[in-house]
Amino acid sequence: MSVAAARQVESTAVRFSPKWISERLGRVGLHVAVIGLTLAWVVPTLGLLISSFRPFAAIATSGWWTALAPPYQWTLDNYSQVLDPATSNLGTAIFNSFMVAIPSTVIPVTIAAFAAYAFAWMKFPARDWIFLAFVGLLAVPLQLTFIPISKFFVDHGIVPDNLSSLGLPPWLGLWLAHAGYGLPFSTYLLANFFRALPSDLFESAEIDGAGTLTVFFRIILPLSVPALASLVIFQFLWVWNDLLVALIYVGGAPEVAPLTVNLANLTNSLGQGYQLLTAAAFFSMIVPLAVFLSLQRYFVRGILAGSVKG
Amino acid sequence: MDFSVLLTDIPTLLVVVLGVPAVLAAYIVGGEFLVRRLPDANRPQVRPWIWVGPAIFLVAAILLIPAISTAVQSVQDNQGNFVGLSNYATQFSDFPNGGAWVAIRNNIIIWLIFYTLFTLAFGLVLAVLFDRVQYETVVKSLIFMPMAISSVALGVIWKFMYWYQPAGSDQTGTMNAIVTFFRHDPVAWLQDQWPNGIAVLNNLALIGAATWGITGFSMVILSAALKGIPGELLEAARVDGAGELTVFRRVIFPLMMPTIVVVGTTLVIFALKAFDVVYVMTNGNYNTDVLAFRMYNLLYLSHNPAGASAVAIILLVAVIPVLVFNLRQFRAVEARR
Repeated sequence: MSVAAARQVESTAVRFSPKWISERLGRVGLHVAVIGLTLAWVVPTLGLLISSFRPFAAIATSGWWTALAPPYQWTLDNYSQVLDPATSNLGTAIFNSFMVAIPSTVIPVTIAAFAAYAFAWMKFPARDWIFLAFVGLLAVPLQLTFIPISKFFVDHGIVPDNLSSLGLPPWLGLWLAHAGYGLPFSTYLLANFFRALPSDLFESAEIDGAGTLTVFFRIILPLSVPALASLVIFQFLWVWNDLLVALIYVGGAPEVAPLTVNLANLTNSLGQGYQLLTAAAFFSMIVPLAVFLSLQRYFVRGILAGSVKG
Repeated sequence: MDFSVLLTDIPTLLVVVLGVPAVLAAYIVGGEFLVRRLPDANRPQVRPWIWVGPAIFLVAAILLIPAISTAVQSVQDNQGNFVGLSNYATQFSDFPNGGAWVAIRNNIIIWLIFYTLFTLAFGLVLAVLFDRVQYETVVKSLIFMPMAISSVALGVIWKFMYWYQPAGSDQTGTMNAIVTFFRHDPVAWLQDQWPNGIAVLNNLALIGAATWGITGFSMVILSAALKGIPGELLEAARVDGAGELTVFRRVIFPLMMPTIVVVGTTLVIFALKAFDVVYVMTNGNYNTDVLAFRMYNLLYLSHNPAGASAVAIILLVAVIPVLVFNLRQFRAVEARR
């Protein structure tokens, strides 16, 4: 008993020493700072989310925080309006976004995988110089390419109206543009990854009589799933969220415009359709947030692999 | 929602989703098939070009040749006659408010400096703070989330944050609610050209919104670098009596410098290419123009491709230091391989 009492006295002394108090205060300060900063980061999105469930008249006259206290005025009107084809093109825009983003991801990632295999494991003249050119092009602003390409597309009928009248997908030009813009980064990332794979693997496969295709499809691709996954997510989100390239090559016609263009048109048309803005903005976030939340690990890995995209 | 559009278009979607990869796979299998017909000696000469060919073709057609042709067009007028540097002269005329000067100043001074600094500073502070708590993963995800949404959605979010009502009426924007809570007059964040028409405040407001979106990017990379610092180094410094601030200043910061530089150069590129946020939030009004937006307007509003080309080349010149840095960095890494 006396031992226990002594220990207790000792621990109380330690507990209330100035050092202990300052450390405790430091911990509390740390948590306050971390949680405070995180909350500050979440507030903008939270504000819009709450606004999207408020009547338009209320959004215009009082702040979103007033919705947290009675009288509660929650409504789903904004969402039902944005989903109603009579008042909004959202359904078409979501479809268009998929039609733009899927091929604009598949094409560059596949072509980059072919090229990365050659850069990493084949010998050909000027190989290192061509690769260096790809690295240099990572930083080149896309703006440099808009004028000649859109002129070429217009001169050769690669514009939405003409393409759809020919029975071709109206986004063909946009796919090619996104593919070209995505290639330097995709090739760079995959070539670095392929080069780091152990060479004994292919050598023994080749000795066993496996052809180039077998090595590529049976050995390299399966081993590169993490790199491919991060790249696919990265490119998909980049295209899904892109506004400028879509504006340049397909413009704002609702039949072909993706979500970002649709949303940007809503923000710039002050009177008409402005009440749809909050709900429409949330719809535009659903797909990227779902992709991000379910595949966060790959996304972060892709960023860490060196994301300097032009 | 009107699902009829989906029903009629699902065949198109399927054709595209299955057709595009099928074409690409057919290309490479067909290419290999042809290579195998060749005599043994010629195969290693032909095969690489089959694999690398499509990439080189697309990059040349979509990036390299158009970039060169833009450079050529920037010394021609809109009819294709050689006019020397007069397009540039127009863009550089009437300092400080004419030509491209406002866009140049906003882009190459205000955006470049503040966007890069804010993002690095926030990223570093968050990475260091979050490293010390157990719920790091959760808070990191929340900070990182804006990275996933589009700049257009970001613009909408922040338009509501910066909403301005004249003094006396209820403020609906969060920022002005905070400002008026402290008995200050509400601020027209996106219109106010403080100080005196130089328009630093509204540009900083745009940069603040953009920074909010990109900080997750710098935080994630800097946090990975921070975790790469050996714990013994920090322990040793603490045992020697260094306070946390000293440890940060003398140990953590210098060791993270190479990563900070790499993130910084990427942010410089992002800053120079700023477009979406300006397009959605101010449409370039109130002296918030940037180069990418000016180029877009010259091209589509003024139908002046020659002027737009000159602006694009100005943008390229601003990027060249970063480009050179990237190449040197790449070669240094290659040399170490």
